[in-house]
Amino acid sequence: MEEFSLSVAAFYFMAGLTLLGAGGVVFTENIVYSALSLMVSFFGVAGLYIFLNADFVAGVQVLVYVGGVLVLTLFAVMLTHQIAEIEVSNKSVGRVPALLICGGLFLVIAKALRGAEFFTTPGGQVSESSTYGIGNLLLREYILPFELASVVLLAVLVGAVVLSRKEVIAPDGTPVPERETIPLTEGQRVMSSPRAALAGAAAKQKVSDV
Amino acid sequence: MQGFIDSLLATTTTGLSRELAYLGGMIGFGALVVFGFILPMAGITSWLERRVWAKIQSRVGPNRVGPGGFLQWLADGLKNLLKEDVIPEAADPTLFRLAPYIVVAGFVAAFVAIPFAGSLIIADLNIGILYISAVTSLVVVGILMAGWSSNNRWSMLGGIRSASQIISYEIPAGLSVFPVVLLSGTLSMQGIIENQGWAPVDWHMFHSPFTLAAFLMSYIALLAEGNRTPFDLPEAESELVAGFATEYSGMRSLLFFLAEWGNLYVIGAIMATLFMGGWQVPAFTDNVVLLTVAQFGMFFAKTYFWVFVAMWIRATLPRVRVDQLMSLCWKYMVPIAMVNMFGTALVMVVIPEGSRLMSYALCGLMLFGLVRFGRRVNYHLKRSRRYDTVGAIMPV
Repeated sequence: MEEFSLSVAAFYFMAGLTLLGAGGVVFTENIVYSALSLMVSFFGVAGLYIFLNADFVAGVQVLVYVGGVLVLTLFAVMLTHQIAEIEVSNKSVGRVPALLICGGLFLVIAKALRGAEFFTTPGGQVSESSTYGIGNLLLREYILPFELASVVLLAVLVGAVVLSRKEVIAPDGTPVPERETIPLTEGQRVMSSPRAALAGAAAKQKVSDV
Repeated sequence: MQGFIDSLLATTTTGLSRELAYLGGMIGFGALVVFGFILPMAGITSWLERRVWAKIQSRVGPNRVGPGGFLQWLADGLKNLLKEDVIPEAADPTLFRLAPYIVVAGFVAAFVAIPFAGSLIIADLNIGILYISAVTSLVVVGILMAGWSSNNRWSMLGGIRSASQIISYEIPAGLSVFPVVLLSGTLSMQGIIENQGWAPVDWHMFHSPFTLAAFLMSYIALLAEGNRTPFDLPEAESELVAGFATEYSGMRSLLFFLAEWGNLYVIGAIMATLFMGGWQVPAFTDNVVLLTVAQFGMFFAKTYFWVFVAMWIRATLPRVRVDQLMSLCWKYMVPIAMVNMFGTALVMVVIPEGSRLMSYALCGLMLFGLVRFGRRVNYHLKRSRRYDTVGAIMPV
């Protein structure tokens, strides 16, 4: 039996928080409550990272998961109309497959954990904070994977821009540059963009071709 | 903090009682900071802000309670504590009650890593600035929760606007921190301050043109993250009643405003720490107490300068539109912040020692700009006073 100390108590508190949050995500019927339970779980995990002296990872965990992922999840959940009042008419459907999948996953993880070799430091204490080490490794030894990851992110950004941008082709086949406003000519009241006008012309031409 | 408790306990206690003493000390100092500093400071800022706007808009402002209306914040707080706590029938009661606390927890948690003086800080975390930007993201969750649980269109729109605004501006705000982290080689708030000197030329702000630009980007992004004018779309009074706080009454609504005014101090403290040398004062005495008081005064003055700038901006600038908000962030601030990051790295590689000449030149440029601005303001003030005496325009 380990000597009881506040850090042990704090560890159990954090672990309990993580499990409680995770349980909340699964067992609450209201999906907004699920999303907010996820936040509790994220904070518990961040606390556990701090116990491993990985304070940088803990900070990034909160920044990315609570500040980014959770907020996006909440966005999606809250913008869905009447998401809280969903009635599941037949609750027993899906229980057996869910049990099978979850049980299988649990078995795999348990097996992996039992077979894994854990590195332990003498005395069970890591004295130095990991921030310095992470910075050095990322920017010296693993600079290439680090840069490759940022190239992937750049590709995602460019892809998002391409997907959200509607390209308009003029009747003669040249793409029309996007412009937001054009200077008003005399007597012109409604602002119209050349893109819209050309798009209309192109559509009309197509119709007349048919 | 830990060293201080160690010296208190001397060598008599060990083990669990020592850990309990640490915990007690932390909680005690934290409570002192929250109730002895954050609450009065946020309250006084609310009064000060109203007085400052009133001066700018040629009004009087709250001047009845106490000398010059100074105790107005106490009267407001007491009034709101005694008010009925109305929870709308259609609202989700649990989340509705919880949301203000989450918002307040998010901004109070930032004070853990904010320094007050060389030896006054609750915890000098290794990841100081990262921690602050991480915990303040709790505010977004609280605001979204308030917006959704109110079950009201205005609240919902306010919450969504606020969340999209904060997560967008977190990117330029984070990128503007990088030049400073590059320069000081640490994320710790005290470490960043110790890397600077007391003289303006030794501040990070004047290290190179890129850090000066990062400094400006940082302030704009932090204003947007704090939902301050000209970025106060989430509670745009003319469009959304009071945004996410529409359904809140009494103390719960006051908690949102507490977080807003308290956040002003956090913004100022971040600016003072990262770019303006924090609590650095010339070593004029060996007396530790005197030095700490001077450092506290210096840090507070720098921080409050930025609080005042935010007030002036709020009193003078109109609100931006949503599309302007987003294009400002993604088309201008993010690329500029990127250039600042790479530029600072480049300067550090080319001149590793830093150039004093460049620092003096930038300092001079800033001073020139401030003097020009001051003279211009003075000129307009004089003109308006002359009109008063003539009687063409009489301020009410």
